[in-house]
Amino acid sequence: MIYLDNAATTKMAPEAVEAMLPYFTEQYGNPSAIYSLGSAGKKAMGEARRTIAAAIGARQEEIYFTAGGTEADNWAIKAAAESLAGKGRHIITTKIEHHAVLHTCGYLEKKGYEVTYLDVDRDGIVDPEALKAAIRPDTILISVMFANNEIGTMEPIGEIGAIARERGILFHTDAVQAFGQVPIDVEEMHIDMLSASAHKLNGPKGTGMLYIRSGTKIRSFVHGGAQERGVRAGTENVPGIVGFAAAVRRALSRMEEKARRERELRDYLIRRIEGEIPHCRLNGHREKRLPGNVNISFRFIEGESLLIMLDMRGVCASSGSACTSGSLDPSHVLLAIGLKHEEAHGSLRMTLSEENTEEELDQVVGHLKEIVQRLRDMSPLYEDFMKSRKE
Amino acid sequence: MYSEKVMDHFQNPRNMGEIEDASGVGTVGNAKCGDIMRIFLDIDEDGIIREARFKTFGCGAAVATSSMATELVKGRTVQEALQVTNRAVMEALDGLPPVKVHCSLLAEEAIHAALWDYAKKQGIAIEGLQEPKADIHEGEAPA
Ligand SMILES: Cc1ncc(COP(=O)(O)O)c(C=O)c1O
Ligand code: FES
Repeated sequence: MIYLDNAATTKMAPEAVEAMLPYFTEQYGNPSAIYSLGSAGKKAMGEARRTIAAAIGARQEEIYFTAGGTEADNWAIKAAAESLAGKGRHIITTKIEHHAVLHTCGYLEKKGYEVTYLDVDRDGIVDPEALKAAIRPDTILISVMFANNEIGTMEPIGEIGAIARERGILFHTDAVQAFGQVPIDVEEMHIDMLSASAHKLNGPKGTGMLYIRSGTKIRSFVHGGAQERGVRAGTENVPGIVGFAAAVRRALSRMEEKARRERELRDYLIRRIEGEIPHCRLNGHREKRLPGNVNISFRFIEGESLLIMLDMRGVCASSGSACTSGSLDPSHVLLAIGLKHEEAHGSLRMTLSEENTEEELDQVVGHLKEIVQRLRDMSPLYEDFMKSRKE
Repeated sequence: MYSEKVMDHFQNPRNMGEIEDASGVGTVGNAKCGDIMRIFLDIDEDGIIREARFKTFGCGAAVATSSMATELVKGRTVQEALQVTNRAVMEALDGLPPVKVHCSLLAEEAIHAALWDYAKKQGIAIEGLQEPKADIHEGEAPA
């Protein structure tokens, strides 16, 4: 099997699994308990909080554990909107956010908030000038993702943060795809809230965090006990949190080496596909992109068919095709960067890890050449295209 | 997610390709997800479908239903071919997931469109055949 879907989720790092195990078995005590059985978990959570805080230049009391990236996004946006409703009801975000952000904003629109969805350019980059122009006196929150999950484009977060800071507007970033992959500093980048998720960086699923700058007025999200300083109640997922921190430690210690390796593989794969398969285009910015992200549209073919054929050859990848979406709408990200429906149909996302090899990628390119040709031979659009060329 | 029959027809599509100088060609687009199917029919003087071929730009279910639909109309009369509904195609494939039912409609419409084209070329009317909807004529397919 060749796994090229690391943006969907990753294989857990052995050290993360190892770190978690004692908290399922011997150290099962509730971290809120007085007796010593709970104290190991409590101590481990404290260490985890410090590790994760240090990873983004924050302080430990600014890290709140959640059940993943989706919850962190929901919390940041809903709680900020509620807390600041007295000041205004206008939110600015982008057209290429993850559904965890977009659908939360949609929910707030129904509640009487106004949301501006910023356009992006052909490469998926938000224009800071457009952001400035969208700011109104009643703007209470700016939410722009750090890096896009489909096309890998990295946004000018430092610039956006500076604008938000200058105008005194709260700034949230969904860093689920970027955290642990590229350097992040909440001070330098003026980030007030940041969402992250463990399973995207070789940690466990269902664990994440929200960074909230201290002093930020934000409501509690889950009501109940006093956990997470009383704002996110519920007995903590101790094993998950410990595994998250172990994964972060590993990611930090080898970030540069890992990114370099992934970039090499990424650029190799892009080069071979662009050189050997006609009528394709790279989606997303060529340089300002996540180290492991490859997203390419093959014209005249449809992504689900492509994915099934890749799966039959042992290759796991994903697509922004309408046919794979469940809602039968093509990817909103691909439409936002100006792709026609047909081009979004033929999109293929391959997200690499440092464990992939050139040999694997050679095999994938071989499969792709064969499959793309086969699907084109089957495609009425390709037939029309070839005929129109002859004329 | 797909039945074995669907996977079989997807992996080994029957009748994929074109027919030169076909008696009737029908191209339909799916308003729902933007897919396109084209069916070619070769019909003899007795009104029997001698050959049926397809080209499809769409998902696994769309490819499999095209393949099965061409199988079901081959050797049939024009009237019999009209009875090949999307339901019949789905049944022959041992069913489709609910989100993929619309793909089978594409196959039914493409056959109707090809028959309509045949009738037009022959200057005849086929009883029970209405002008197909969502017809995308050649050259009009989205670029
Ligand atoms: C950009 C982005 N935000 C949010 C999420 C949701 O994270 P989780 O799966 O941890 O809920 C994902 C993952 O799919 C993502 O890629
Ligand atoms: S053709 Fe698009 S879902 Fe089947």
